[in-house]
Amino acid sequence: MRLPHPRGPVSAAVIDALGHPCPYPLAVPPADGPVDGIVHDEDLQLALWTCYEMHYRGFDGVDDDWEWAPSLIAVRGALEERWLAGLRLLAPPVEVEPDAVPSALAELVAADDGPSLAGFLQRKATLEQFREFVAQRSVYHLKEADPHSWGIPRLEGSAKAALIEIQVDEYGGGRVERMHSELFRDVMRALDLDDDYGHYVDQAPAVTLAVTNTISLFGLRRSLGGALIGHLAAFEMTSSLPNRRYGNGLRRLGGDATATRFYDEHVEADAVHEQIAAHDLCGGYARQHPEAASDILFGATACLAVEAEFGRYLLGRWESSPEPLSRTA
Amino acid sequence: MRGDFELRTQSGEVIDGGRGTVALCRCGLSAIKPLCDGTHKVGGFHASGGDRER
Ligand SMILES: [Fe+2]
Ligand SMILES: [Fe+2]
Repeated sequence: MRLPHPRGPVSAAVIDALGHPCPYPLAVPPADGPVDGIVHDEDLQLALWTCYEMHYRGFDGVDDDWEWAPSLIAVRGALEERWLAGLRLLAPPVEVEPDAVPSALAELVAADDGPSLAGFLQRKATLEQFREFVAQRSVYHLKEADPHSWGIPRLEGSAKAALIEIQVDEYGGGRVERMHSELFRDVMRALDLDDDYGHYVDQAPAVTLAVTNTISLFGLRRSLGGALIGHLAAFEMTSSLPNRRYGNGLRRLGGDATATRFYDEHVEADAVHEQIAAHDLCGGYARQHPEAASDILFGATACLAVEAEFGRYLLGRWESSPEPLSRTA
Repeated sequence: MRGDFELRTQSGEVIDGGRGTVALCRCGLSAIKPLCDGTHKVGGFHASGGDRER
């Protein structure tokens, strides 16, 4: 993947530095001010996304040693503080007894009143709109499950076993043709989209990058381990039903069985994953770490809130201008 | 359902659950019975007996 195009002073400083061999001086203008609406801050979300990407696949021609360069870690830390503060505004704290974590997660999901992106895609979306949805989602799905895998070495006992059971399924049981990220490539190819990792990052607005930045933040900071598994639980618990609608929408638009397999597989898989995530993973972790119960709920609430922002963004865009973004074509 | 099991239809054909651990439909609303597809959340179904029975 190539380095993205900067969107402001912070992302410009980061991207410029990464163009040089490490170490190289990196100074970023200090940021302060309100953090509400930070989910739509193009400069911050892209800069953070770029910092995080050094821990995943990196960029073409960029020195991989930037991953742990103190100057880049310092920039990331400062951006993360603002992003985390913004997430705490989006996802107000929920008090919960450790024993009640699975039922509290179920209540949270049942009360979720995010916009119905899935309903729109099932019944109304044009082919171009569906393509735009898939191009945006590719920023996450081409590395599906990777950010939650950061949790594996931090867990132990039954909670670790539960996360492994979910992740094994996400990675196709070790069979490349069943890996969820590969099934997503089939969706992209069926829609004539470029399935190169990171291809649509320059076309992805802040809120799309924020979806991934949320999980990377929780995954790469061990102090947010409870939030990471809560995020996964909310993700899995709100997946089966929308995925059925996405699959039906794609069938309505002419998608064949190969094209819709990613969605069809998630209907069945995530009905299992949600049980494992809520009860074995989060319930088990809360028994091991009672003090982390509210962190788990924070991660789940943050997941739903950022997803809702993403859904509102896309639906709003399609409402105001039904034409596709030419840059995603 | 986790462990050593085999799912069969009423006429005896083996059902491929697709993975080692499966979720079975208890609310009766699933479109992929006997497997769960999450529709219980729409139907407002709640299992009696809580966690232990899962
Ligand atoms: Fe998946
Ligand atoms: Fe899943």
